[in-house]
Amino acid sequence: MSSTVAPHAAAPRPDLPATDGHAVEPRENYLNVDYGWKSWLLSTDHKRIAVMYLITIMFMILVGGSFAILLRLELATPAGDLLQSETYNKIFTMHGVVMVFFFLIPGIPAVLGNFLVPIMIGAKDLAFPKINLLSYYIFLAGITLTLIAVAMGGVDTGWTFYTPYSSTYANSQVALAAIAVFVTGFSSILTGLNFIVTVHKMRAPGMTWFRLPLFIWAQYATSLIIMLGTPVIAITVALVGLERLFHIGIFDPTYGGDPVLFQHMFWFYSHPAVYIMILPAMGVMSELVTAFSKKRVFGYHIMAFSTLAIAVIGFFVWGHHLFVSGQSTYAGVMFSVITMLVAVPSAIKVFNWVSTMYRGDVWLTTPMCFAIAFLGLFTVGGLTGIFLGAMGFDIHVHDTYFVVAHFHYVMVGGMVTAFFGGIHFWWPKMFGRMYPENMGRISAAIIFIGFNLTFFPQFILGYMGMPRRYHFYPEEWQVLNVLSTAGATLLGTGYLLPMIYLPWSLKFGKVASKNPWGAKGLEWQIDSPPTTFNFDKVPIVTEEAYAYPEGSRHQREAEVV
Amino acid sequence: MQTGIPLFPENASTFATPVDTLYVALVLVSIVFMVLIAGLVIGFAIRYRTRPGSEGAKQIHGATSLELLWTAVPLGIVMVIFVWGTKVWFQISRPPAQAEQYYVTGKQWMWKIQHPTGQREINMLHVPINQPIQLRMISEDVIHSFYIPAFRVKRDVLPGRYSTMWFEATKAGTYHLFCAEYCGTKHSQMIGSVIVMEPADYERWLSGAVAGESPRDQGEKLFAALRCDTCHTGLQGARGPDFKGLWGQKVQLSDGSSVTFDEDYVRESILIPTAKTVVGFQQLMPTYAGQVGEDQILSLIAYLKSLSDPAQGGAKP
Repeated sequence: MSSTVAPHAAAPRPDLPATDGHAVEPRENYLNVDYGWKSWLLSTDHKRIAVMYLITIMFMILVGGSFAILLRLELATPAGDLLQSETYNKIFTMHGVVMVFFFLIPGIPAVLGNFLVPIMIGAKDLAFPKINLLSYYIFLAGITLTLIAVAMGGVDTGWTFYTPYSSTYANSQVALAAIAVFVTGFSSILTGLNFIVTVHKMRAPGMTWFRLPLFIWAQYATSLIIMLGTPVIAITVALVGLERLFHIGIFDPTYGGDPVLFQHMFWFYSHPAVYIMILPAMGVMSELVTAFSKKRVFGYHIMAFSTLAIAVIGFFVWGHHLFVSGQSTYAGVMFSVITMLVAVPSAIKVFNWVSTMYRGDVWLTTPMCFAIAFLGLFTVGGLTGIFLGAMGFDIHVHDTYFVVAHFHYVMVGGMVTAFFGGIHFWWPKMFGRMYPENMGRISAAIIFIGFNLTFFPQFILGYMGMPRRYHFYPEEWQVLNVLSTAGATLLGTGYLLPMIYLPWSLKFGKVASKNPWGAKGLEWQIDSPPTTFNFDKVPIVTEEAYAYPEGSRHQREAEVV
Repeated sequence: MQTGIPLFPENASTFATPVDTLYVALVLVSIVFMVLIAGLVIGFAIRYRTRPGSEGAKQIHGATSLELLWTAVPLGIVMVIFVWGTKVWFQISRPPAQAEQYYVTGKQWMWKIQHPTGQREINMLHVPINQPIQLRMISEDVIHSFYIPAFRVKRDVLPGRYSTMWFEATKAGTYHLFCAEYCGTKHSQMIGSVIVMEPADYERWLSGAVAGESPRDQGEKLFAALRCDTCHTGLQGARGPDFKGLWGQKVQLSDGSSVTFDEDYVRESILIPTAKTVVGFQQLMPTYAGQVGEDQILSLIAYLKSLSDPAQGGAKP
């Protein structure tokens, strides 16, 4: 790969030794190129938009996380003593809506994807920078509508909006929330469109498809799912809104509709949406494991193809959400077998990451600690997914805490852990500063322990038969619920720590070099933070992704003890 | 076993053991994989950790045979689990012919239950032990889900369409009944008890409970009260079809197709009579939507069904 040479490096500061660039005043970059609100709010620079997304999404995590804490506090006792049922129902709904639509789905693509897709393929920006900015503002509009819905009394349908409850019976801001989801979908679609075109048309010379980092493959596959699936959820929530307002009779049997039709349409998007959340996380994982093992990824091609396989097969498994809903016995059997098939590419990925560590030079940095946490939590989530795909088993635990535990292991244990790993990995690149390494490792450990304490008891609760979305529950389940609440407190602490030391590092952290981890990839050859157009000259790619030389060892430049 | 934290709900139906066995097998498979993966990750992280003098990374592009192995082995395992899970599912989804039929109506936020012998109860279901029981369920408003963890069985209760589930209780006792599909404000209080009794106790309970008329008898009275019998006279040349011996039979429709004369068809014809008209009859019947509730439709169905049951004085199909 080409290396970029700083043509006009600033003069060395007298108080610092001028070694390899990290000790000098940073030259002009995308952060300091311009100041003032307007320069940010109207920026079409993919990196600035990524930063705006990061701030917005962090805010949404805090909102959704506060809801989660309220839910767990309420569930510490079997009686509904903290909140009224109506409020409890609204809070679990808003927890789901905020986390799914404003964090889990956009999280990695909109923040890390926006920042990295152009850089990783050697481009100066996305294909449509203005559309990128538009997608941010649509996202912001979706959030605004959601927050207005909350302020006007909230929604109590569950994030799944099942009909006819949502379309006829609920007395809450369903129409507004549906509009919010509808609007937010366009933000996803525009980002997906942008990524697809960018990956097709803007790869640097020599960056062939099979030299793409796996993170790019993951973003690409995710974008395909977004483009194909999101219109369906938009249509579905629009129909719910229309039925609510005009009684058009699509889903409510009172007007001649079919309530199960809603479930088919909803899950046709919302199951693939699970892969919209987890595939980018898998892309991050491949970057972390290779960088900190100093290794090529084990089985590049099978990793790329399994990403596509998950994207494709993921569209044909939605019926496993309807095993007890009244879909035909044999439709259930078909959905069960396809669900089992989708487990295979995920299993392949886990084994390939593990094998990538074999005979590597493993450096347990903060991002790598998150990657290892991901392996543990995602594997539990994936395995319990197989439990739920087995129909005879699913009948018992469907709509119980077993399902709640399962999808939190995949979504939070998987996606969120990878998100935090990725943020820590690329933080020096994004902001040019290092954070305190040990704080990072400690927070990864707290998150791992807190997560298991929160959600593992929920598997047991689910098998015991505790239904989800229950405000009151029988007394014999209090011990497990208290454990879960205690875990949530720990988990919340684990997530709060990075939200303190990362902003702290912006001012007080050690200045980061171009490549503090000694990692391969175009993003590590340019400045930290990058200049507005990323590359001083178009890079020419001459080798595969993760082309670490034989016998590579970490220089451990970033280690701060 | 007093562990403080129970791991299994009560084992109180014929489904409990098959479902628990599958669960234990799945847990064991998971433990094997977890130990394998965690062992390798921790082992590699320690063994190959970077340190002064470490040998450095050995570049390996992949190994087709290994990758085939960990494609084939998980595939084989999940297929075995699929077949096993499906076998259990067939057992749960296929009621035996001799199952007694009970009626369940769900509404926000209560369960209304009627026994074949006419007793009604709310949020309680008394059943005899060792007797296959089928529930025919419908909702009056939103979707609910009838869930008995001790029996390992649940089924959504839909508005506008019947759903059924069956079980055979194996252990006397009182068990939780939950609504498992979120249905609004008091979803978590749409709960009740299933009480499994020895046959003699059940008989005693039946005779002590407020014994209403059986659904069939109520249906017969309704049939007269709603003046159904003015057209469905059962005589030659009547304006409506004769129901004797018709239950479960294929009926020719005026548009040339045919439909089975069953619960769903009867319910639809009461509410939307023009939807499927029997061949040779005119569309004269008015709708009864708004005049009859779901409970009453279930009674009418019980009555029409009895007209084809020789044991209840009906005609042979």
